[in-house]
Amino acid sequence: MIKYIFSFFQYDFMRYALIIGLFISVCCALLGVSLVLKRFSMIGDGLSHVGFGASAIALALGFAPLYVAIPIVIIAAFLMLRINKNSKIKGDAAIAIVSSSALAIGYTVAKLSGNVNIDIGSYMFGSIYTVTLEDVIITAVLSFAVIVLYAVFYNKLFAVTFDEEFASATGVKTEAYNTLLACLTAVTVVVGMRMMGALLISSLIIFPVLTASRVCKNYRSVITASLIISVFNFLAGLVFSIVLNTSPGSSVVIVSLSVFVVFTVASKIFKK
Amino acid sequence: MAIIAVENLTKRFSGNLVLDNLNFAVEKGDTLYIVGENGSGKTTLVKLLLGLMDASSGKIKFDGINKNQIGYMPQQNEIQADFPASVNEIIMSGFLNRASFMPFYKKEHKNEAVQLMEKLHIYSLRDRSFRSLSGGQKQRVLLCRALCAANGVLLLDEPLTALDPLASAEFYDVLSDLKAQGVTVIIISHDVQCAVKYGDKILHLGRNDTFFGTSHEYCHSEIGKRMLVEGHSHD
Repeated sequence: MIKYIFSFFQYDFMRYALIIGLFISVCCALLGVSLVLKRFSMIGDGLSHVGFGASAIALALGFAPLYVAIPIVIIAAFLMLRINKNSKIKGDAAIAIVSSSALAIGYTVAKLSGNVNIDIGSYMFGSIYTVTLEDVIITAVLSFAVIVLYAVFYNKLFAVTFDEEFASATGVKTEAYNTLLACLTAVTVVVGMRMMGALLISSLIIFPVLTASRVCKNYRSVITASLIISVFNFLAGLVFSIVLNTSPGSSVVIVSLSVFVVFTVASKIFKK
Repeated sequence: MAIIAVENLTKRFSGNLVLDNLNFAVEKGDTLYIVGENGSGKTTLVKLLLGLMDASSGKIKFDGINKNQIGYMPQQNEIQADFPASVNEIIMSGFLNRASFMPFYKKEHKNEAVQLMEKLHIYSLRDRSFRSLSGGQKQRVLLCRALCAANGVLLLDEPLTALDPLASAEFYDVLSDLKAQGVTVIIISHDVQCAVKYGDKILHLGRNDTFFGTSHEYCHSEIGKRMLVEGHSHD
């Protein structure tokens, strides 16, 4: 069995999938901590839908999806943070409107353009096995940037996440850090869509931190545990998908859900 | 010596006058209570003092501190209720205004945090999770964080709202200790009785009338008498 699984890794596409997946898992786990604790979980979901719409339009027009989707999703992230703050339509409703509209527009454009090469399914649910070396390099560079920025601004991001009011009173530019967070999320979501698909990427952001906060008592341990859980979920999901010949994206989500349930039950038992 | 002097401060929101020509001063070592009903502009004044918002006209002058060195203790928000952070992590975030370009906290800040935690009797809680603490303990943690950020001046926004009587009494003890050490404290409160009992000065923001003076003067002023009688009738 183990031999069977390892035999897959002699192929380039499998190694690429592994590298991309590890990078994305780490980025999602890091950003997820801030997003979930700030009650911005839905933004990740909304952005992935916008990413889908943007990619579909880019493909229809004959551009490389990644280069079109990243700037558009960054703008969307910026707007979503604004909407959350001061608008008549409440944040959750606004995000729901944006995501379903982006999905509908993307799908319609894809159909109208009649481009048979667009595999809608792979954008919805991910297609980690079709990645190229170029994808791997882009993912690695962008993920590295996300990880470095997150580490450099760790304390400030903590302060802005825990108490925005206090942070701005002590002179932290909260607006700037929220924007940074939005940009990093946008980049991660677009890059991660390749692997997980527009519909499933948000689970990679949300599950690790939710699972970790069942058992962890402080912020640093939540981050560490999220990273470990995220990487584990990905690896287990990948193996799962090889063995059962299922879609890797969905398999990762199913593993994540199972781990979350186990942690939740364990935290209940150990509390008693 | 006035460390904060507010002169002719006026704030309008799209034509709506919220603060009208406000004048008051905070002396070093004073305890100033800012009281007033909801909508009287207390929150606006806090934001102006902290520099989170600009005044329509008038000035706030600081002597010996800058506006980032007011130790601010906001009201607790819903995010904090189940936030997985340790007491130590939260308190250390009070030093952010002193380490603006450093990604890490300095040793001297860590030592200072330990001293402040001991002073507020929360050192033994330092590795506990914030969400597992009682209301009174949480308030002391947030006060400690404010002290880390402060340069002798604290601004506390309704610090006692969520506290039971015992925890409130303990909190007042902590405040009087701080006062004894020369810390200047500005407290936003709706509890006029306590304001008169514990405050040196009172700033009353009203929709129609404003009062600034010592607690003694406040007790004998028209507005003060009215508020104190109303306060009693509620009890």
